[in-house]
Amino acid sequence: MTDRLLDRRELLPALLPDHEEYLLISGLAGASRDAAALTRESDNLFTMGGAMGSAVPIGLGMALSAPDRKIAVITGDGELLMNIGSLATVASVAPQNLSIVCIDNGQHGETGGQRGHTAERTDLELMARGAGIQATMTISRPDELDAAARFLRESPAPRFLWARVMAGPPSDWKRNWHLADRRTRFREASLKRD
Amino acid sequence: MTEPKEPRWARNLFSQLVDGGVTLFTHVPDAGNAALIRLAERHNETTAVLLSTEEEGVGICAGADLVGAHGVVCMQSSGVGNCINHLSLVKGGRFPIFLIVTMRGDYGEQNPWQYPMGQAVDAVLEAMGLLIFRVDSEADLETATGAALSACFKGGQGVALVLSQRFLGAKAF
Repeated sequence: MTDRLLDRRELLPALLPDHEEYLLISGLAGASRDAAALTRESDNLFTMGGAMGSAVPIGLGMALSAPDRKIAVITGDGELLMNIGSLATVASVAPQNLSIVCIDNGQHGETGGQRGHTAERTDLELMARGAGIQATMTISRPDELDAAARFLRESPAPRFLWARVMAGPPSDWKRNWHLADRRTRFREASLKRD
Repeated sequence: MTEPKEPRWARNLFSQLVDGGVTLFTHVPDAGNAALIRLAERHNETTAVLLSTEEEGVGICAGADLVGAHGVVCMQSSGVGNCINHLSLVKGGRFPIFLIVTMRGDYGEQNPWQYPMGQAVDAVLEAMGLLIFRVDSEADLETATGAALSACFKGGQGVALVLSQRFLGAKAF
């Protein structure tokens, strides 16, 4: 495995400069803090703080039900592995508007930095390919960010980007934990546009 | 070759769900939901999504809700246990989640593996805040489905339409 040289706090701004054009779902802990900092917690983002493993399914539900919108899932390695079978579900229905970005820090950052499987031998790009997702990419260095942003814009969806980042804190953003409130805001914003 | 004709109850249930605005039929296969899913696969305006575990269906339906669409999660009773933590979306987020549970481990069951989860279904669903609409005969089905649709997509509740083995019949071993 290559060294991890990416700072996660610089990842999403480089990958998704066009985040306002997306409907975004972010998995619990650091992934949601990074996504909330990216968008300043705008109403096109639904952040999670529980139901671990649901980020990819929620993104898939949005993608299937709003086929004219671009959907991006921002998730972590721990959350993705908890429901790794959801990648097979994504591959089988193959929505043409779904991107999955896994911010992999190789550890369980929220609970004290315990080592995760991806710090050992687990290769998430191979798992995504094995599930049947054909557009996949791995990055671990800042000089790969431009190509990764292009991958998210141009490769055929569904697409999976594995971003191997350094250990270190996620973005410092205090988010709204009231999920019923966030649901209402997201729905109003997504339905208004239709 | 003509398509196999599905049982009347499955056709009626499917029509009622479609009329209620349901477009996504997520499922882990079960003998009890097979006809419903075949109908969803054939219909032009519905999508059947095969899941690798039932909890994915809860998330997919929550995602559909976020963009204004309606989905259901079809599963055997054994799958209810797989969903528990993901049903946090119901109490915590007011997501209108609609489960269709085809029972094992109740009336007439022969497989001892099915009893523990089958007998825990009501307790688990109630603990997570879902309303249960149980169907013991074909005569109950339309009323229960209508009530569940109203409670869920109009009333904002999480619901489970539970089709019992008294209604579906028990599998022979």
